[in-house]
Amino acid sequence: MQSSKSNMVALENLDVWFDTEQGPFHAVKDVSITIKEGESFGLVGESGSGKSTILKAITGLAPKWSGSMAVNNQLLGAKRDQKFYTTVQMVFQDPYASLHPRHTVDRCLSEPLKLQKIRDIDHRVEQALKDVGLGSSFRFRYPHQLSGGQRQRIAIARALIQNAKLLLLDEPTSALDVSVQAEILNLLSDIKKERGLTYLLVSHDLAVISHMCDRIAVMQQCKIVETMGTESLRTATPASDYTASLLKASQGFKKTVS
Amino acid sequence: MTNLLTVEDLWVRFKTRTSTVEAVRGISFSLGRERVGIVGESGSGKSMTGRSILRLVQYPGEIKAKRIDYNGTNLLHLSEKKMRKIRGHHISMVMQDPKYSLNPVIKVGAQISEAYRLHHKVSKSIARQKTLHMLEEVQISDPERVFHAYPHELSGGMGQRVMIAMMLIPDPKILIADEPTSALDVTVQLRILEILDKLVKDRGMGLLFISHDLNLVSSFCDRVLIMYGGRIIETCDAANLHQATHPYTKGLLNSLPSIEHPQERLQTLNRNPAWLNENSVNAIK
Repeated sequence: MQSSKSNMVALENLDVWFDTEQGPFHAVKDVSITIKEGESFGLVGESGSGKSTILKAITGLAPKWSGSMAVNNQLLGAKRDQKFYTTVQMVFQDPYASLHPRHTVDRCLSEPLKLQKIRDIDHRVEQALKDVGLGSSFRFRYPHQLSGGQRQRIAIARALIQNAKLLLLDEPTSALDVSVQAEILNLLSDIKKERGLTYLLVSHDLAVISHMCDRIAVMQQCKIVETMGTESLRTATPASDYTASLLKASQGFKKTVS
Repeated sequence: MTNLLTVEDLWVRFKTRTSTVEAVRGISFSLGRERVGIVGESGSGKSMTGRSILRLVQYPGEIKAKRIDYNGTNLLHLSEKKMRKIRGHHISMVMQDPKYSLNPVIKVGAQISEAYRLHHKVSKSIARQKTLHMLEEVQISDPERVFHAYPHELSGGMGQRVMIAMMLIPDPKILIADEPTSALDVTVQLRILEILDKLVKDRGMGLLFISHDLNLVSSFCDRVLIMYGGRIIETCDAANLHQATHPYTKGLLNSLPSIEHPQERLQTLNRNPAWLNENSVNAIK
């Protein structure tokens, strides 16, 4: 299939399932998304709606899928090659679980470079730490010597160190306090502006999504219910009932409901 | 309004090999038949405050206070045996995550009726009826099925409702809810809050609602205490939270992204070290 030139991600009729004893369990059904280069695209939905599974399918962590996926105009097959991982990187939800507890920051950042056979590791690690607002004093620390926000910065540095073009962000701030969340979100938007990255952001927090993204897809029960621009979310004119109820829920508790 | 609970000058300290960590540093507040929210970031001492009311702080933690007054009795002076009568029957606590707070190998029904039978001398069949009734009250549509289910067979929202049922069945006067909805989806969260709201209102209970979510607390509670570094730095009516004056509270509010008011960059919080040494605000009403 030919996708247009400026598309960073093009998913068409994507189905993802997991084989269980009771037969296949569908986690994503018939999802089509296109994301342009330099765009931020948000996926919202409840837990279990399949939003993280889409990210997993793109990175090749969900083996059973059908439909077509293309990243950077390359159709994806059953396996991803080395080059794929220089384009696409992922940042996970829980910074406490996604860094190896017995590897130093230095080892954690240089490993992807070694795998990609990139030279000049020393300089790059230094630069990557600087880019995410941490000094070189953090280089030989272990994850337990860092706060949650600092760990998430390391995770972002690890994703950026091989000059990825597409970042898959799976709830990057939901484990953090609001003040730290603001810092990380600012960092992400700064880096994006600097490098012209493309983001695919998954979150359950509508406010975070609307702050970061240009377009949004709302997911419910493995399907996309609605795709819209952030503007229409702001003016509160969502087309589907489900989006409206999400929007209402994100505004906090109304005493009049009781 | 009479106060159900008055806490005066509460300190929680943890002795370590090299120093003493002060998790809560001399706070005072009261709780009547109302909903009081405690907000703060992680590490601000909000959970420790909730736990120390029930004296659930483990060694090497130490609780000190002038008084923790519940209905005229100072909870600090009670024996452990008497304290056990207070826990659940008079004051009870809903924890954050049902996954870790329910016994995974005991059926839900048995766990809830145990909570009832501990405080009321009744036969098993009456406790069972009471349990089914309670499950209905937390809006579980098929109480009979849930009664015979194990915790892993329930979703997060259902599990949290089971927890609430378990905590409310001995009919406590005060409920401490420690981040009861943080592990849940926004839509489920609202339904849990509605249930909590209704039960607290119907029974005339006092609710201490601990959360990190400012918007949620300001829309759900009557009064808010804002904690920072183990102290209450500000207290206000929940409805007026957005007119808060303390720079920390303002900073927290401003760092939230908002759907209606988009910004290019979010404001970040500049922590002033002086905040740590400010005196705690007295929140006794």
